[in-house]
Amino acid sequence: MSTWGERVNPVVRDMPPSGIRKFFDLAAEMTGVISLGVGEPDFVTPWRIREACIYSLEKGYTMYTSNQGLKELRDEIARYLNQAFQLRYDPHGEILITVGVSEALDLALRALVAPGDEVLIPEPTYVSYIPCTVLAGGVPVPLPTRMEDNFRINAGQVEKAVTPQSKVLLLAYPNNPTGAVLPRTELENIAAVAKAHDLVVISDEIYAQLTYEGEHVSIARLPGMRDRTIVLQGFSKAFAMTGWRLGYAAGNKAFIDAMNKIHQYTMLCAPITAQTAALEALKNGLKEMRQMVGQYNHRRRLVMNAFREMDLPCSEPGGAFYAFPRITDTGLSSEEFSERLLFEEKVAVVPGTAFGPSGEGFIRCSYAASVSNLVEALKRMTGFVKRVRLKKKASRPLPADRDREAVPHKG
Amino acid sequence: MGRNREHEILELLEADARYTAQDLATMLNMKVSEVEEMVKDLEQRGLILGYRALVNWNKIGIDKVTALIEVKVTPQRDVGFDAVAERIARFPEVRTMRLMSGTYDLAVEVEGTTMQEVAFFVATRLAPIEGVVSSTTHFVLKGYKQDGILVDKKEEPASRLVVSP
Repeated sequence: MSTWGERVNPVVRDMPPSGIRKFFDLAAEMTGVISLGVGEPDFVTPWRIREACIYSLEKGYTMYTSNQGLKELRDEIARYLNQAFQLRYDPHGEILITVGVSEALDLALRALVAPGDEVLIPEPTYVSYIPCTVLAGGVPVPLPTRMEDNFRINAGQVEKAVTPQSKVLLLAYPNNPTGAVLPRTELENIAAVAKAHDLVVISDEIYAQLTYEGEHVSIARLPGMRDRTIVLQGFSKAFAMTGWRLGYAAGNKAFIDAMNKIHQYTMLCAPITAQTAALEALKNGLKEMRQMVGQYNHRRRLVMNAFREMDLPCSEPGGAFYAFPRITDTGLSSEEFSERLLFEEKVAVVPGTAFGPSGEGFIRCSYAASVSNLVEALKRMTGFVKRVRLKKKASRPLPADRDREAVPHKG
Repeated sequence: MGRNREHEILELLEADARYTAQDLATMLNMKVSEVEEMVKDLEQRGLILGYRALVNWNKIGIDKVTALIEVKVTPQRDVGFDAVAERIARFPEVRTMRLMSGTYDLAVEVEGTTMQEVAFFVATRLAPIEGVVSSTTHFVLKGYKQDGILVDKKEEPASRLVVSP
C-alpha cells in the first residue's frame, strides 16, 4: 500500500509551506504579543456594512447568485472603477466577482497559463503568487527588486527576463510586503515592454485605495493596455473586510469568460451575504473608507519616523500598510531578528525571507495597528535594536562570541 | 495646505486629545514647533474649546441625572433667541444647549445629582426667565453612546491572527 507521502500529488508535496506559517505558530503560542505581523486592517468592518448584511439575512438573501455575481454589485463596481481609477468595464461580461482576490488570482493564472509558460513575478512577492503559478503548471520567474530602487520593478529588468516562454507579468502595486508603488512613467515603460513581447499583465491592485502620495494609476489605464491586462481588486483592505472574502476581476470579455468557466465549476459563486455587504460598501461606505486611509497615513509617518530614529534604512512606502526596513546592520538575519524580537520583546513582525530570497535582510512591519500599540511596539523595537548593536560592537573582536550568539534564543 | 493641516490636527485631537505635539508632528509630517503654534492658534481662535475625558459616571455608581429640556422662547427684536439663550446657557447646570428647528426652540441638556434638583432648577431658574414660554423636561434613562463612543461596547475585532500574509 502506498503512503500518503507517495499519494499526494508531487507538485503539492514538494511545495514549501508558507514562510509566514512557521512564524505564526511561534507567535500564536505567546501571550501579550503586540503584532505588527498582520496583513489585515485593525478596523472592524464599518457598522453600516455589517448592518446591511444583517438586514439581507433577515430578508432571506441566502441563495446562490449568478456565477458572475449580483448584477447590482457588478454595476456598482463598474461605476466605482470608473470614478476612482478611470477604468471602464462593462458590468455585463467584463467583471467577475470572486471569493477574495485570492480566487481571482488563481482563476486568472489557471485560465492563462499552459504547462511551461513563464510568469514574471517581481520579488519580494506576496506569498501566493509563486505557489499559484506552480499549481497552474507555470514556471515562476522571480525578478528581484532592491531597496535602492524603492522596490520598484523597472522595464529593463522585465525586458531582460523575457524569453519565448514568457506569457504573464504579475504586478502588485501598491505592494505587499514593501509598500512600493509604481509611478506612471515607469508603468508606461513596462507597458511598452509588455506590448513588445505580447505579455499579459495580471495587476493585483487590492491596495489601490491605500495610496498616500498622488493617485493610484492602474496599468490598464494606459493606452493599449486595457485589453492585455486583468485588474484584480477587492474589498478586504480598503473597507476592512478581509474575512468576508470578496474580490473581483475586470478585463477583456473573452478572458473573463474563461475565468468564469473555472469559477462556475469550482466555486459556483461568491457568497451572497458578502456580496450584499460589498454593495453597501460601494454605495455608502466610501467616506468611512477614506477616513481609515487617512489614519493609515498618519501611522505610516509615525512608523517611518521611528525607523529613522532607530537608524534602520527604510524605503518610503507609498501605499498599502507595510514598511519594509533593512536590518542587516544589526548583524542578524531576517529570521533571527524576527524571532528574537518576538521572544525578547514580544513584538511580532514577519521576516522578509517569507516573501522570497531577496527579502533577506529586511522585515515587514504592518502599521495596521492602533497608534498606542504602534508606539509601544516601536519603543520595544528601538530598545532591541540598540541592545543588539551594542552587543555586536562589543563582540566584534572576538569572532567566537558571534558563533555563540548565533544559537537561537528559545525564550 | 495650511488649512488642510489645521483640519487634520483638529480631527486627530478630536479623536484623541492626548496626542502630544510630538505625536502630531510625526503623523502630519510637520515640525513640533509648527504644531505647537498651530494648536495655540486654534485654541485662541476658539476652534478648540477644551480638552477633557469622556467619563462613564454611571459605571462607578455615582448618581447623575441628566435631563433634556425642550424650551419654547419668544424671540426678541434684533437679538432673536440669543439673549434668552445666553441667560440660560450661563448656568453651570446646563451642559449642552442648542437652538433647534421644529416644534420647540432650545434643547437644553441639564445635569444634576437628583431628579428633584433638576426639576427645581427648571422651576426656579429656567422657566421664570422672561421670554421663556414653556418647557418640557425629559429625564435620561440610559446612555448608549456618548460623543461618538459606545458606552458599553468596545469596537474591537474578536481577535485577529497574530501573523497573516
